[in-house]
Amino acid sequence: MPPSKPDTVYFFGTCLIDLMFPKAGVSAIQLLQRAGIKVIYPQAQTCCGQPAWNSGYRAEARKVARAQIALFPKPLPIVIPSGSCAGMMKTHYPELFKGEADEAQALDVAGRVYELTEFLVDVLNVNLKDLGEPVEIAVHTSCSARREMGVADKIEQLLGQLQNVKVLEQAYKPECCGFGGTFAIKQPEISAAMVADKTMHLRNTGATQVVSQDCGCLMNIGGAFEYQAKHQNKKALSTQHIAEFLLQRTSSPSPSTGEGHRMGVAEVKS
Amino acid sequence: MKTEFRIQVDQALGKQDVRAHFRKAMDTLMTNRRNQFPDNAELQRLRDQAQVIRANALSKLPELLEQLEANLTQNGIHVHWAETTDEANDIVLKIMQKHNATWMIKGKSMVSEEMGLNHFLESKGIEALESDLGEFIIQLDGETPSHIIMPAIHKSKEQIAKLFNEKFPDIPYTEDVDTLTRTARDILREKFYNAPVGLSGVNFAVAETGTLCLVENEGNGRMSTTIPPVHIAVTGIEKVVEKFSDIPPLLSILPRSATGQPITTYFNMISSPRKQGEKDGPEEVHLVLLDNGRSRIYSDPELLATLRCIRCGACINHCPVYVRIGGHSYGTVYPGPIGTILEPQKSGLSVHGELVQASSLCGACGEVCPVRIPIPNIINRLRYEGVHQEESSVLDAGSKRKPMEAITWKAWSWAATHPSMYNLGSNLATQVRKLVPNHLGAWTSVRTAPAIADKTLHQQLKALGVDHE
Ligand code: SF4
Repeated sequence: MPPSKPDTVYFFGTCLIDLMFPKAGVSAIQLLQRAGIKVIYPQAQTCCGQPAWNSGYRAEARKVARAQIALFPKPLPIVIPSGSCAGMMKTHYPELFKGEADEAQALDVAGRVYELTEFLVDVLNVNLKDLGEPVEIAVHTSCSARREMGVADKIEQLLGQLQNVKVLEQAYKPECCGFGGTFAIKQPEISAAMVADKTMHLRNTGATQVVSQDCGCLMNIGGAFEYQAKHQNKKALSTQHIAEFLLQRTSSPSPSTGEGHRMGVAEVKS
Repeated sequence: MKTEFRIQVDQALGKQDVRAHFRKAMDTLMTNRRNQFPDNAELQRLRDQAQVIRANALSKLPELLEQLEANLTQNGIHVHWAETTDEANDIVLKIMQKHNATWMIKGKSMVSEEMGLNHFLESKGIEALESDLGEFIIQLDGETPSHIIMPAIHKSKEQIAKLFNEKFPDIPYTEDVDTLTRTARDILREKFYNAPVGLSGVNFAVAETGTLCLVENEGNGRMSTTIPPVHIAVTGIEKVVEKFSDIPPLLSILPRSATGQPITTYFNMISSPRKQGEKDGPEEVHLVLLDNGRSRIYSDPELLATLRCIRCGACINHCPVYVRIGGHSYGTVYPGPIGTILEPQKSGLSVHGELVQASSLCGACGEVCPVRIPIPNIINRLRYEGVHQEESSVLDAGSKRKPMEAITWKAWSWAATHPSMYNLGSNLATQVRKLVPNHLGAWTSVRTAPAIADKTLHQQLKALGVDHE
């Protein structure tokens, strides 16, 4: 059972958003605030520990995870604008802390974690009003949102509320984009083949833009689009985090919203 | 320097036609499976049931194996135990020699692939002829299976037509699949009647009744196990189930997960050699139970789940890595996700440990596995075993540890637990972001380098005054 609408939530921004996609984090917080929620952002937060966990460095991951757990002492929901970091905290913290002295705290945190779109739909029951121009987009659901968190449908439920947004279906939609954290580095050839297919299928939809709830996927997909535009003369779709997209579509246009909100192409070029 | 695995991957990725072929084949299998389970709730119930049956069997594996041996023996089947593949091969050889057999006909068996049986027998002057159509094809071409249920899936019908034409020049060239199949059948039919020994695998061995169950589509399994006077079955020790009533649920979910068939064409139950007065069946039946690292896997409560596998191949069919690199790139008997977790445990992390890096942990394998093996979790565990140094049940644990990498993770964890250091680092990164190289090795061979923001989220939120206790 989702909790009734809380007054206050914790926000965990994720390290990737912190450094590469801060606008996604700011937008997510603004969406929450607009829904009347007070957002607490513990400044001491760094990373959920997932990179080390997936690389086999469990002691190191645990150390970092433990530092994050300490930042969320009150019994408030923890909202995370990323399926994979939410998945780390929700499904892997219990494994990582199994048999440790602070296992109970880890379980407590895990039980309070929500991926952003899940929170917006299931807990806040948001009602969005589309103020944007008609647009055709494609959605990429991250594997962790789909399989670890089981929230793949939330993003489209939100988009379904936007009158002028048409979501175009792509082939092989549930297939991984080939990011996989260290996988892209350790097995670059396979990862490259996967992202080449993913970008092709997205391009084939005819959409102009891709949204996702995971910046890891967006970094992979957006980077590949831009590379292909530069070196292979192919069309690049812009890529954007769902929080930014939703906020932008539902806010009245102001001079400042026009600039730099595209994450992939526009921003990288600046 | 590129590892051998990556070199093989490179070659496989370069073969556009093979890749297209794999994609098409896997698409069909995925669609077929989906169509078999229109009701998700039913699928989940079946998976629960299958998982419980397999987990239950493994929880009492030693007892069930004893019971199996007792019942088989009572039924007149000879039971042999082999700890290693060498031992298993020797057992088969001895049986062959006892009967002065110079060749055998084989039904499909992945365990015999694991043993390298064909090679071994060949070195002793004994021929082992594959009778499963896929196995027959790859044997003609001197290859190994590229998939556990469809060994020749990597070959197009044109390739097969050429191969047949080369090996059987008397038969007219054709690309017609039915004619090719019939040709193979005609050749094999002859062989079945004359074979002194038939060998097969086992899908399930029922402890309660001492019954060996064999699932197949082409009838060659039935012929290999009934026509020759001697039948040898080989199986891994994990294939045992407790009761006969365990079979129907497994039999229902296996072919539906594997090929999307509601049921296979043949289901064989072997419970004894030919009895007096019976018209057919072998005079002698042997079962070789192979360990080959399985009891080591069994000893670890988490890794034990690996042994639940019923070899349906669904994880392989749904794997985005397998579909691109094909089965041979893995360099193992079992490819795809199941190979990724099984092979490093069987042969050691120093031999096949790299496979656990060849996964994006997308979870597609775990999502389809009919017995709910948490394949991604086991991959994660094996990555841990590869780099951690304490004593472990996993073969060659720690062998993948690299000092530089270990130091990097230590440094990372230090920075990420000292927020001031972390922020200093990320702020510094935003300052020098224009200087960040836009060539980041493998990443930028197909993607542009990710751009660092001009202000981190931490900085922006501070400025916006978001409550930051
Ligand atoms: S691991 Fe699961 S999906 Fe893969 S072959 Fe075994 S039973 Fe089938």
